[in-house]
Amino acid sequence: MNALWRLLLLAGAALAFSANAAPGDPDRGKLVYERCQACHALAYDRTGPRHCGLFGRRAGSVPGFAYSEAMRRSKLVWNAQTLDRFLSNPLKAVPGTSMGYAGIADRGERADLIAYLRQANGSAACGRQ
Amino acid sequence: MFAFSQDPRARNSEAAVDASRRSFFNHSGLLLSGAAIALLAGREALAKGNASSAADVSILNTALGAEHEAVAAYQVGAESGLLQKPALDLALTFQGHHKAHVELLAKTIITLGGKPAEARKQYTFPTDTLKSQADVLRFAATLEKGAVSAYLGAVPVFGNRDLAKAAASILGDEAMHWAVLRNVLGETPVPAAFVS
Repeated sequence: MNALWRLLLLAGAALAFSANAAPGDPDRGKLVYERCQACHALAYDRTGPRHCGLFGRRAGSVPGFAYSEAMRRSKLVWNAQTLDRFLSNPLKAVPGTSMGYAGIADRGERADLIAYLRQANGSAACGRQ
Repeated sequence: MFAFSQDPRARNSEAAVDASRRSFFNHSGLLLSGAAIALLAGREALAKGNASSAADVSILNTALGAEHEAVAAYQVGAESGLLQKPALDLALTFQGHHKAHVELLAKTIITLGGKPAEARKQYTFPTDTLKSQADVLRFAATLEKGAVSAYLGAVPVFGNRDLAKAAASILGDEAMHWAVLRNVLGETPVPAAFVS
């Protein structure tokens, strides 16, 4: 097997792993979410906007919250993919965002956090919103 | 949930808190000066008007917003009637630290040519879940832990390394708040070798 063929196989395996990445664990994600709690809450706006109603919401669209111009114009709609990209490096994903945070480098931690946010969005705390 | 008014005329114990704050500043000049030197390192180090300083101002303003909220949160705790001495004194001391962070961040933003974020007129806190001293202290610990993570995430993205150093100084202070609050709650004060 030549080197190129091995490289292609490796790339294919990496793509397959990416497509079938293990789903996040919401219990572990709840612990990751504690990092967000300087600025965010599920049910109400703080320095950052609320996270209830996050999935399917257009970025920069919580009524009354003072977003950066960059976030308002980002045209992002929050889902697992856009959240993963944003959380990995917010300032790169949306240059000019007021979320001055380096991001969560670990893919597994991001998946856990997104799983928690998805679960929390189905909780009673968000249901009352 | 509870919306907390920031109107000073409506806050009966604000004078007492301010007295505590003045006392804190009178006794902690040395503590403040380290961060002040890093933050207010002179206009030549904090060049105004370039893209890097605009990004730094944005990061500082986000931190300032969170610090304003921390001051308000400790005010709610102090006025809740749930905190007894010495926990009440501890809360007021920590509130004084956050006020010192507010003052320094705001001055630095002005030095950089920015406009510092002002405290909101109202903040929302989950006061319906705060029924005891332990509840108040645990809520404060949650905010402090979050603040540690926020500063940790801000340190590497500052363009100006003096600002990163100063943010790390504030991070250290808020990590101590978190540890002390955990200790008062009977939890392991420092639960891990690293923070994240």
